[in-house]
Amino acid sequence: MGRITLEGVAKRFGDVEVIPPLNLDIEDGEFVVFVGPSGCGKSTLLRLIAGLEDVSDGRILIDGQDATDESPAKRGLAMVFQSYALYPHMSVRKNIAFPMKMAKVPQDEQNRRIDAAAKALNLTDYLERRPGQLSGGQRQRVAIGRAIVREPSAFLFDEPLSNLDAALRVGMRLEISELHNRLETTMIYVTHDQVEAMTMADKIVVLHAGRIEQVGSPLELYLRPKNAFVAGFIGSPKMNLFSGETAAEYGAATIGVRPEHIGVSTEGGKWKGRVGVSEHLGSDTFLYVEDTGLAETITVRSDGEVRLRHGDTVWLTPNEDKIHKFDQSGDRID
Amino acid sequence: MARAISRNSKIGWTVAAWLVALIIFFPILYTIITSLKTEQEAIAGFDLIPSFSFSSYETVQNQNNYFRPFMNSVVIAVGSTLLALIVAIPAAWAMAFSPTKRTKDILMWMLSTKMMPAVAVLVPIYLIFLRTGLMDTRTGLVIILMLMNLPIVIWMLYTYFREIPGEILEAARMDGATLRDEILYILTPMAVPGIASTMLLNIILAWNEAFWTIQLTTTNAAPLSAFIASFSSPQGLFWAKLSAASTMAIAPILILGWFSQKQLVRGLTFGAVK
Amino acid sequence: MATRQTASLARLMRAPAIILLLIWMLIPLGMTLYYSFLNYNLLNPANTSWAGWFNYQYFYTDPAFFEAIWNTIVLVMGVLLITVCGGIAIAMLIDKPIFGQGIVRILVISPFFVMPPVAALIWKNMIMHPSYGVFADIAKFFGASPVDWFATYPLLSIIIIVAWQWLPFATLILLTSLQSLDGEQMEAAEMDGAPAISRFIYLTLPHMARAITVVVLIQTIFLLGIYAEILVTTNGGPGYASTNLTFLIYRAARLNFDIGGAAAGGIIAVILANFVAIFLMRAVGKNLD
Repeated sequence: MGRITLEGVAKRFGDVEVIPPLNLDIEDGEFVVFVGPSGCGKSTLLRLIAGLEDVSDGRILIDGQDATDESPAKRGLAMVFQSYALYPHMSVRKNIAFPMKMAKVPQDEQNRRIDAAAKALNLTDYLERRPGQLSGGQRQRVAIGRAIVREPSAFLFDEPLSNLDAALRVGMRLEISELHNRLETTMIYVTHDQVEAMTMADKIVVLHAGRIEQVGSPLELYLRPKNAFVAGFIGSPKMNLFSGETAAEYGAATIGVRPEHIGVSTEGGKWKGRVGVSEHLGSDTFLYVEDTGLAETITVRSDGEVRLRHGDTVWLTPNEDKIHKFDQSGDRID
Repeated sequence: MARAISRNSKIGWTVAAWLVALIIFFPILYTIITSLKTEQEAIAGFDLIPSFSFSSYETVQNQNNYFRPFMNSVVIAVGSTLLALIVAIPAAWAMAFSPTKRTKDILMWMLSTKMMPAVAVLVPIYLIFLRTGLMDTRTGLVIILMLMNLPIVIWMLYTYFREIPGEILEAARMDGATLRDEILYILTPMAVPGIASTMLLNIILAWNEAFWTIQLTTTNAAPLSAFIASFSSPQGLFWAKLSAASTMAIAPILILGWFSQKQLVRGLTFGAVK
Repeated sequence: MATRQTASLARLMRAPAIILLLIWMLIPLGMTLYYSFLNYNLLNPANTSWAGWFNYQYFYTDPAFFEAIWNTIVLVMGVLLITVCGGIAIAMLIDKPIFGQGIVRILVISPFFVMPPVAALIWKNMIMHPSYGVFADIAKFFGASPVDWFATYPLLSIIIIVAWQWLPFATLILLTSLQSLDGEQMEAAEMDGAPAISRFIYLTLPHMARAITVVVLIQTIFLLGIYAEILVTTNGGPGYASTNLTFLIYRAARLNFDIGGAAAGGIIAVILANFVAIFLMRAVGKNLD
């Protein structure tokens, strides 16, 4: 079981309020991602749940039990740190065994769990090595192994992939998702990368300056961002946001159109511009259109076979159904 | 072509560097050579090849009882270092792992005590020692050298402890370790190398200390530094014997020192240069 | 990290060190300050009386005091000049790709581990002795008459000995700093056509500036307290020619048994050391965060 409830949880460092009181429900077995720009308080929130920081206000319930004043060890959660936080002086086997040693799990049970975890994570050949002798991806796996063997009620991940290179990151992302499918344990995952959030989450919590901006499934966030911040943060490439006259046409203070919802034509359309940079990815083409008079550049996602080049004149037409409208304070207008 | 030039220049730089190094090392080398000469050879003029006579070592040992100052040096250097570690480890630990707003100020203040010139407190320490019977005792010197080096020891340990990432301690806490487990299984094994190098450097500093050891001892507790200083009086001027005594006094620490070059930089610059 | 129990435990762990250093600092310094206002001579302790500023006045009007201050400054400056310039040169030399770098390093660093009385005795008897020293042998080889170093140039002789002891320290620290110099930055400068001299002036020196500052400040702290080298070689003479402030105070306290005078000298030494200490603390403090 791993149902986690935050009730009015707040965190202050001295006079600075990092997290204003917030409420959040995490269901058992859910994969929840906290996402937001750096400094938004997502890691602090995770550390409050872990018990590594004291809450300034509010209550944290784990499976209905008040765990607010419980020590980290007693909360039954496991954490994978950004730096992996492996014990450098212990072999991989001892690293993985450490939480079980602390919990006084019988030796043969320890061995059974270590072998199972090592097999699942492809670490069997490395059990006698020290962390220093492993690659980044392998260290990551050891950290996950150490978390798995505890059989925790929930896993906490603090930006676990940010120290890996791009190719490995994609691979590990899949492995963590598969792990979640297999274990069906609650996972809370912190990242600043919205692609990780979109690809892995059941439920995304978008944080900004300590506040929860929106909670929802990846598609909800993509289709109906609650405000301009979420609109700009979720989706890649970023949504184009326009204000001023263009927005006023639609009766809004700001309007947003995703790059994939803008049509391109060389003959005619709504907005005229000139191609600045065109990125040909094969599957897609990203066009950065300048001189439209609307914004510095407009990003357009087009299909892979568009053969437009720097300096070409193009006409852009937004898909009227897919225009997001926001009022003066940035909230969504329906 | 380019390779050939760089090889020649490498040989050139090598010759220059070795020449400089040998000049700097020469006084020590010549002392070792002289210690292996007889007294007649020693004053016979410049000669780099000794007769490998160990008689001067024997003389130093027999006439001056070299063993006692040597043991005094060992007891004082090791004793003051261990005592300093006992006080410094918890302090450095607390400051590295649960820093407060004042930690920086405390560290700077500790450093400032190291700036106090020894001679400024010569009078009171001398009088206190006279009155408490600590004069010319190993205990007295152990206490003084411990206090003198305490700031350096705390600083060095602090810089080492700070390199242990906090996330590892948090991981241990998440893994269910109590404070005792944390100290026993995680911190101690990770801190041992840092503690060892701190100890090494501090033994070197204490061994070579030559103000308090000379001021506060006469014969009983005199360590090698005070013992050697007594050779400056005219009756001690026998070149080979002097060289033998000098060689014995510096050899152990020279060897320890070679192993602790890196720690030396860190310890003596208070972490300002790494 | 900072949960409530750990904070109070931390306070407990810090306390012994803080209390010990507080005692070590306050009690002797307080006593020194007190004695400095007393007429107190160990040969005649019954005659102890309040002296007011007399001890300071006495120090101030004593020509030996100014000579000692001057000698202290010359000693510190002379050694700093030799060790910093020599240190930079040697550090750059060792930093080159050379054969046997490890052994060269060990040889260069060795004098630092020689205890001061031994260093002084080696130089006094083996190197600078007017009849049996190596310098005398060299002079004789060239047909010159040997110099009696400690009689003719007492302060310079001590500067040479102390510089020999501290040159390794400067070299080692400057070498450490030099090795952290970004190789790509140097290559970029080379690509930009900067000649070796400009690279040294505009890249190497500024990079080492911090290390040089630290070397100067730390050495100054130790050099102000030079004692054993003087005791073993010249004993402060001839006259006061090689007496520094530390040695002068030692003389007052231990040879003249003038407790009040020595204490006043000690307070003056503290004030002098503080000038340097303030700068050193700033340099070190910057590195704390």
